[in-house]
Amino acid sequence: MRINPRTEQKIVRVVLWALTGITVAILFFIIAFILRKGVPALGWDFLTKNPVDMGKGGGIFSTVVGTIVLTAGALVIAIPLGVGTAIYLTEYTWEGPVTRVIRFGAECLAGIPSIIFGLFGFILFVTKLKFGWSILSGSLTLAFMVLPTIIRTSEEAIKSVPLVYRTVSFSLGSTKWQTVTRVVLPSALPGVVTGVILSVGRSIGETAAVIFTAGSALRLPTSLFSSSRTMSVHFYILAREGISMPNAYGTAAVLIIAILGINLLTYYLMNRFIKKYS
Amino acid sequence: MNRLERNDRLVRLALLIVALSAISILLVITIFIFEQGTPIMFKYGLKSFLAGREWYPSEKLFGLWPMIVGSLYVTLGAMGLGVPFGLACAIVLTEFSSKRVRSVIKPVIELLAGIPSVVYGFMGVIILVPFIRETLGGPGLSVLAASIILGIMILPTIISISVDSLQAIPPSYREGSIALGATKWQTVKMVLLPAARSGIIASIILGMGRAIGETMAVIMIAGNAASVPHSILDPVRTLTSNIALEMGYAAGEHRQALFATGVILFIIIMILNTVANVTASRMKGTKR
Amino acid sequence: MMRHWLALALIGLGMAFFPACRGDRSQTDLTLAGSTSIQPFADKLAEVFMEKRPGMGVNVQGGGSSAGIQACKSGACQIGMSSRELKNDEKDLFEIVIARDGLAIIVHPSNPVRGVKLAEVKQIFSGDLRNWKFLGGEDREMTVVTREEGSGTRGAFQELVMGKTRIYQGAITEDSNGTVREIVTHDPYSIGFISLGLVNEQVRALELDGVVGNEAHIRDGSYKLVRPFLFLSRGEPTGLAKEFVDFVLSDEGQTLIRKEGLLPVK
Repeated sequence: MRINPRTEQKIVRVVLWALTGITVAILFFIIAFILRKGVPALGWDFLTKNPVDMGKGGGIFSTVVGTIVLTAGALVIAIPLGVGTAIYLTEYTWEGPVTRVIRFGAECLAGIPSIIFGLFGFILFVTKLKFGWSILSGSLTLAFMVLPTIIRTSEEAIKSVPLVYRTVSFSLGSTKWQTVTRVVLPSALPGVVTGVILSVGRSIGETAAVIFTAGSALRLPTSLFSSSRTMSVHFYILAREGISMPNAYGTAAVLIIAILGINLLTYYLMNRFIKKYS
Repeated sequence: MNRLERNDRLVRLALLIVALSAISILLVITIFIFEQGTPIMFKYGLKSFLAGREWYPSEKLFGLWPMIVGSLYVTLGAMGLGVPFGLACAIVLTEFSSKRVRSVIKPVIELLAGIPSVVYGFMGVIILVPFIRETLGGPGLSVLAASIILGIMILPTIISISVDSLQAIPPSYREGSIALGATKWQTVKMVLLPAARSGIIASIILGMGRAIGETMAVIMIAGNAASVPHSILDPVRTLTSNIALEMGYAAGEHRQALFATGVILFIIIMILNTVANVTASRMKGTKR
Repeated sequence: MMRHWLALALIGLGMAFFPACRGDRSQTDLTLAGSTSIQPFADKLAEVFMEKRPGMGVNVQGGGSSAGIQACKSGACQIGMSSRELKNDEKDLFEIVIARDGLAIIVHPSNPVRGVKLAEVKQIFSGDLRNWKFLGGEDREMTVVTREEGSGTRGAFQELVMGKTRIYQGAITEDSNGTVREIVTHDPYSIGFISLGLVNEQVRALELDGVVGNEAHIRDGSYKLVRPFLFLSRGEPTGLAKEFVDFVLSDEGQTLIRKEGLLPVK
């Protein structure tokens, strides 16, 4: 029985749109649900006071600090390594076996599941190197996790800087390094920053690797070697153990809002970047 | 050579060292995991390790089979959900929507990608698990719950890569097909999808990799029972959950067994990723 | 200019890796790790302790009793927490009993079953008894919830209830008391075991062989499922660790312990 192609298309359209609609609806549902249950718990106190009684009371201040410090620590390590790699790949060498190996390394690293990073970080940083459950262990592990993202986005950003910028710079007598640092990098900045922001988003949501390396201490961290809890870890523990549902929702709401904000920021920056070069 | 050239050489060397960091980290991780995990596999025999059905570390029984099957079922279930929905979204995004609609849906998909896995797991526990338990029976913590949540989580991966592959097809393909009188759907079905095949397959494989590697959400909703599930309503434990549940352990052979689980996981994911990358580059190769 | 950069970066990295630069942590920072049963109580004690000794930090990590024992042995923490007795090959650690705790078998509040025999508990968790109807409940399959292998609570349960019989593989496995309690709170056909001190109004603890689990019955020995809460250290505790342990064992500490639902040592 032959279906009229036009009818087939009509049916398929409906099906496709239904599936897409469901997908979009799921997202809206999740966000709306969390925000509706979580926003009432938010408040100045929630954000500025430390957790009390394992998180049953008080706020989430130490976890916010923990999240920020851990992410910052990861970036401090990953940005120089990542941007440096990207610079090397695009400016200082040609496509050959070395670059293929480097790229292969980055790709593979990107695919490793977070639990393996957690395992690795726990054994190497926490146990063998005796850093203990600490911000240092957590930041190092997170840095390795976001490194591929930074490399990839920085490479893209640097590649899109028009060749003419470089040739003009050279013709004015600059060295390669001067060109890179004073001409190429500044132009590639929005793209690089986008990658950084993407990594921030990833670190904020990361739980498996963090719990096993930075631990889950509720206190405000006092040094690099303090253990610290991030918001995702806090949310995980609160929700799993039923310590305080309102606080769990509140923490999730903060997380979602942060992610929303980060995505918006990424959009804004990407648009600026595209406008610059189109 | 003059000072400027020498500096440039130094810079080049420094950057090379930096650039090798990614691959060296990868090497360190690989060596570590394998070094910790392989001895025990050989001590107990690969067969008893991979095919053994009993996981009782306190009795030195390290059979991973239930977890391997668990990961497999859950991943297949996730694909069953993620692929149709993901492909549908990708097709709608590239072929059936206006620019305005696209500018709304695309950010939405990217937002889906940004939600932390623990939030997904939580939603599963709060909404999905009770629903399954009350309407379908069983404890609710099940293969089904895990598959659904994982399916949702891998959507962004499948969608974004499929969209990229569809968009990479030259417009002439579409134009030619329409010119021959085909409807849009016929074009998609008979011209575009086959042309984007490698990219779509790559996206599916990468989605698989993500599903296999997911830990937190699965621990929260799958029940973590170390036995082979007989129905989708049975609880299940994946390779990743196995590691996470008992990791605090760091105790002699049990620790090594967990590393061995990591090794298996690592190998599976490496294979998947390599296959995905190879198919993806084949996609780039066939572009004309 | 770049040379200065590189040099600074290398020095910075080097410093981070020199253990000497961290200073002696045990003077200002105490880490406890291990049993998730003890964790909330240790955390409470730490909170009060830190109010009395501002400037001293006490960190409480979870991970499970076995993890705590290992962490203590390897030096990753100064005090390990265990909610089960030490095995023979772990006996080289210094043990301090800080409290005693009962093990409660919990079910959903709506479950008509109110009491159970110890032998029946063993059958339930070994997978031989699968349906509530055999205990006078509904004709529904039981959802059995257990803890992960490294858990002290599970270890204690295994020792006190199961003996040589294994907990069956199809049991739902979770990694903390709180999580087990959460599951039982929401699943009307579930059964699990948690620290007696953590039972709340959202679950019901079953009577064991007719005995209700409470402090009096633990003291007089009629409630059989009791286990010690242990603080462990390598050798006798010194410095901040000793101060904290002394606090926990003091009248104030023990009063707090009793208030939180545990049995003090005396």
